[in-house]
Amino acid sequence: MTENSFKIVYKLSVAVLAVLIAIAISAIVLAVVGANVLDAFYMIVFQPLTSIGHISEVLLRAIPLCIVALGVCIAYRSGIINIGGEGQMAMGVIAFTGVALAMEGLPIFIHLPLAILAAILGGALWGFIPGILKAKLKVSELLSTVMLNYIAAQLYSLCLRTIYMDPAGGGTPMSKRLSSSVFLSRIGRTPIHVGLIFALILAVLVWLLMWKTTLGYKMRAAGSGARAARYGGINVAFYVTLAISISGAFAGLAGAVEIGGVHRRMIEGVTNGYGFAGVVVALFGGLHPFGIIPAAFFFGLMKYGVMRAASQMGIPANMVDVIQGITILVIVTAQMIMSNTYLQARIRRNLGKLILTKKEREEIAQNRAEGGAK
Amino acid sequence: MNFVVQLLSMTMSFSVALLLASLGEMFNQRAGVFNLGCEGVMAMGAFVGMLIPFTIGQGGAVSMWWYVLSYVVAAFVGALLGLLFGVITVTFRAPQGIAGIGLQMFGVGLAGALFRTFVGGTQSIPTIPKLAIPLLSKITYIGEIFFNLNIVAYLSYIFVPVAWLILFKTPWGLKIRAVGTHPRAADSMGINVNRTRYEALAFGSALASISGCFLSTAQAGLFSDTMIAGRGFIAVALVYFGHWHPLQILGGALLFTFAQSLQTGIQSLGISFPYELLVMLPYVLVVVVLSFTSRNDTMAPAQLGKPFNREIRT
Repeated sequence: MTENSFKIVYKLSVAVLAVLIAIAISAIVLAVVGANVLDAFYMIVFQPLTSIGHISEVLLRAIPLCIVALGVCIAYRSGIINIGGEGQMAMGVIAFTGVALAMEGLPIFIHLPLAILAAILGGALWGFIPGILKAKLKVSELLSTVMLNYIAAQLYSLCLRTIYMDPAGGGTPMSKRLSSSVFLSRIGRTPIHVGLIFALILAVLVWLLMWKTTLGYKMRAAGSGARAARYGGINVAFYVTLAISISGAFAGLAGAVEIGGVHRRMIEGVTNGYGFAGVVVALFGGLHPFGIIPAAFFFGLMKYGVMRAASQMGIPANMVDVIQGITILVIVTAQMIMSNTYLQARIRRNLGKLILTKKEREEIAQNRAEGGAK
Repeated sequence: MNFVVQLLSMTMSFSVALLLASLGEMFNQRAGVFNLGCEGVMAMGAFVGMLIPFTIGQGGAVSMWWYVLSYVVAAFVGALLGLLFGVITVTFRAPQGIAGIGLQMFGVGLAGALFRTFVGGTQSIPTIPKLAIPLLSKITYIGEIFFNLNIVAYLSYIFVPVAWLILFKTPWGLKIRAVGTHPRAADSMGINVNRTRYEALAFGSALASISGCFLSTAQAGLFSDTMIAGRGFIAVALVYFGHWHPLQILGGALLFTFAQSLQTGIQSLGISFPYELLVMLPYVLVVVVLSFTSRNDTMAPAQLGKPFNREIRT
């Protein structure tokens, strides 16, 4: 086996091993919480694919996941990890609902774009703050984004309990039903809304932005080596701040499509863990827009599957977090093993007898002897 | 005056959670590992702490020894999670920030899932009673604030100078600081860098887990998915704020717990004030404090967040 084909086999087997380990750990946790593991897996991963109704529910969850993950991907590629999706999405929801409630009566082609724009700006602001703090004051974005999540969650609850509250709602913290001029239309008779098309178009746009424009090139340069980029004349602080602001804008947009397309009023728990899940989806999709689309579908499937399993089999709904946590841990580890050329070479040598031809073995032995002679 | 005393005594009794988690994180970071999974470890600790007294007493009073056992088990579980994090970030050298987020999700999710299965809905346990120190607790105001805490709180405050001793006056502390500052030099002097980092992770995560255990057994008397409420992340921020030094971390823990107590205190006064703004206060404070302290991080362990690879020449 040649070195190149061994490389492919090595990476593939690490990937397969990683998937198996992730499944095994999830299975153990499922068994500990008292579920029939096979039934649970069937219900979570396969049953949602068996009917159109189920699939549309899955897609409904994949839409915000995909949009948030695209944002995370831009930030991650630019060297800043955005785990503030939850807060940015909440700010998007607040801004969207604010515009929707304050400007009722406008025609849809003005009102809807205005509300979406507000959501994007709200999310972008919540991304800009950690960005500028990192660029100018070296504040770790991991900490500042998490703190902004909690701050946004409190703002959200404050708005919902006071100025946005529906007086006719009987004290339930929710806004009144928004006017139809901010609704995203639904596709056919399914609950899927046009946010699905947004998400797909955005994926292409992100790909174009990051890989086909100078702006994207500079952002990726800032991410892959800040010092080298600075030496090459790239204003790293600027591009990092820009990247996380765009990232926040995406999360804000995800909030807008959730309200305009699904709930159509502001209620509690709209963000529903999408912000954190977006990080998992982005990593799972290989930090590439075209990988993120299937990854978002897969995690939408899992979110929906666990929700059904929770109501029908009594599996705790927190299993979503457990699986997401396992996914992150396994992915980052597998990536390190894959890119570890030392380990790869060592395994190849140790497996020598099994996979190397006689000639290659002799070459290695000769190299070793020469190395020893030096 | 009563109000102020009440606030301060609340601060003294409840700052333990932040203090222990922060000291644990300090040991991790001094060894060069940035453990963002603190929140998840705390959640697991809180769950274990709640589980044992609840299973034994079904919500009723139980012997103090069961609480002791729950702290021991919590420390053990925390150490295991720390070692797991070590496998990922020390042995396989994965990026620590993102791995920490994974550990946080895993820990919080697992604690919640196990809680649903083994305990069920909202259940409470009796909290560890306060232990007034004779004579000293009779002093006006001061006694109420400093000498009327529970046993875990006393031990935690005693642990602050002990942590200082461990870090600065023992060979093990020296090793930890060495592998966090210049692992290559430490390696050439025969210190096993990865092993020391594992030890620091196990020790630090055990402390974080104990602090979670404190939250459920001594502070709240219950467990819920959201009870950690970002304390793990605040603890990480406190390490920056306290410049990786136990005494300054104590100061930070008291300050932030004071900010948290303000919310309970003002609500109990019955002033109508949007309580969300008060809940927000500690988080805003973290961002502000980090903005002022992060820039001059010359105090930081030089190799913080950087994995050590013996095989690569630098």
